[in-house]
Amino acid sequence: MPKPKMAFNWASSCGGCEIAIFELGTKLVDVSKKVDIVFWPAIFDYKYSDLEAMPDKSIDVTFFNGAIQNSENEHMARLLREKSKLLVAFGACAHSGGIPALANTTTRDQIFTSSYKDTPTTDNPEKVLPQTRVQVKEGELTIPEFYNTVKTLDQTVDVDYYVPGCPPVGEQVSKVIDQFVAGDLPPKGSVLGASQKSLCHECKRTKTNRKISKIVRTFQTIPDPEKCMLEQGIICMGPATRGGCGAVCLDANMPCRGCYGPLPNVVDQGGKMLSALASIFDAESEEDIQKLADSVPDPIGTFYRFSLARSLMRRTKQ
Amino acid sequence: MVIGLSTRFEPKIVGFLCRWCAYTGADLAGTSRIKYPPNVTPIRVNCSGRVDPTFVLKALASGADGVLIAGCHPGDCHYTSGNVKTIRRFKLLQRMLNQFGVEKERVRLEWVSASEGERYARIVESMTKEIRSLGPLEWKTKVEA
Repeated sequence: MPKPKMAFNWASSCGGCEIAIFELGTKLVDVSKKVDIVFWPAIFDYKYSDLEAMPDKSIDVTFFNGAIQNSENEHMARLLREKSKLLVAFGACAHSGGIPALANTTTRDQIFTSSYKDTPTTDNPEKVLPQTRVQVKEGELTIPEFYNTVKTLDQTVDVDYYVPGCPPVGEQVSKVIDQFVAGDLPPKGSVLGASQKSLCHECKRTKTNRKISKIVRTFQTIPDPEKCMLEQGIICMGPATRGGCGAVCLDANMPCRGCYGPLPNVVDQGGKMLSALASIFDAESEEDIQKLADSVPDPIGTFYRFSLARSLMRRTKQ
Repeated sequence: MVIGLSTRFEPKIVGFLCRWCAYTGADLAGTSRIKYPPNVTPIRVNCSGRVDPTFVLKALASGADGVLIAGCHPGDCHYTSGNVKTIRRFKLLQRMLNQFGVEKERVRLEWVSASEGERYARIVESMTKEIRSLGPLEWKTKVEA
């Protein structure tokens, strides 16, 4: 039997998902024995033209990481969809927008103004902003168009499977690759490499259903490593986040930030977390409740840190 | 133009009304033949505490111009403290909606007892008026632009 053909691509992402694959270490050698990697721009010298030259549906599975934030990201998503039998949204950005989707709290104009004009380290006396086309004496130069709103991969093209995480943990990545090699796959649209329960189920900390009267931020305290983060007043996304990562952040004494995305059958992770957090406020009067609510820093950035593009509201009003 | 059909903007408001107080109050407004705008589409819930913040987000994202959550006055909750939980969620939700750019007037939490038909009518009236002056929310079109 010929080895399955596999491709990897990165769009609007940090490169951490590529590192997650490297985390396999020597297992990566075993992977390369099982599959043929035909396209991986982060690692090998492939040109987009090589990919364009491949016949349609000639790649068995493509792992696509990164959100869709510019026209190049979108072009690659469409091209890889054409060339691949299965397309996998790999990592939090492709799955639900990830950190790049926090750009949806602002606009392209604001981002350009801040990046190319306002930052103190920017030296741009002529206030030049990126243009998609520019004429130079050698000819015309083009760069991709930057989008106003960041989208997930499945808001752009049809997606077969999802592997959540920022980045997906190595152990799960290796299991997922084995699943594809063995052809042992659940129905289309399933989330792979994660559990069906919330992170709290795999967190070893003791929980006592205590309510909180104060929000504490991680830089203000050293959390008790045995006790539930939320009960210490530290916002931990565990109750609203899919498990499967092994609670690695909590082992490092840091709260969950929600990168594994919403639980099965949940559309809006942030709304659920907002509800979970407000429910444990230890305040009865309107004034006390208001005070506690006001002390939650940046609700959108906290509750939708990795899932704003996938949320019901998707972005702030423009 | 057909007489009686106005061309002015009529807000669509989704109302989550608790069955013990607010829904009964709305019923009373009807049986007492109190006049008030027809802009609220009521959805009966067992308790205002049943209203998941996601319901509000979904309503706004799906085309509602406003959302009214109405329950028993604090202290009168049929389930003792369901409405206090609603206040906790609502205060935090209000902050987040403000970040999203949704005007405060569009999402309201009100207390209406079973005997306050008149109060329910006046709340719907003032809310409809406020949202009418704000104009349509049209979240989807604004987001996808």
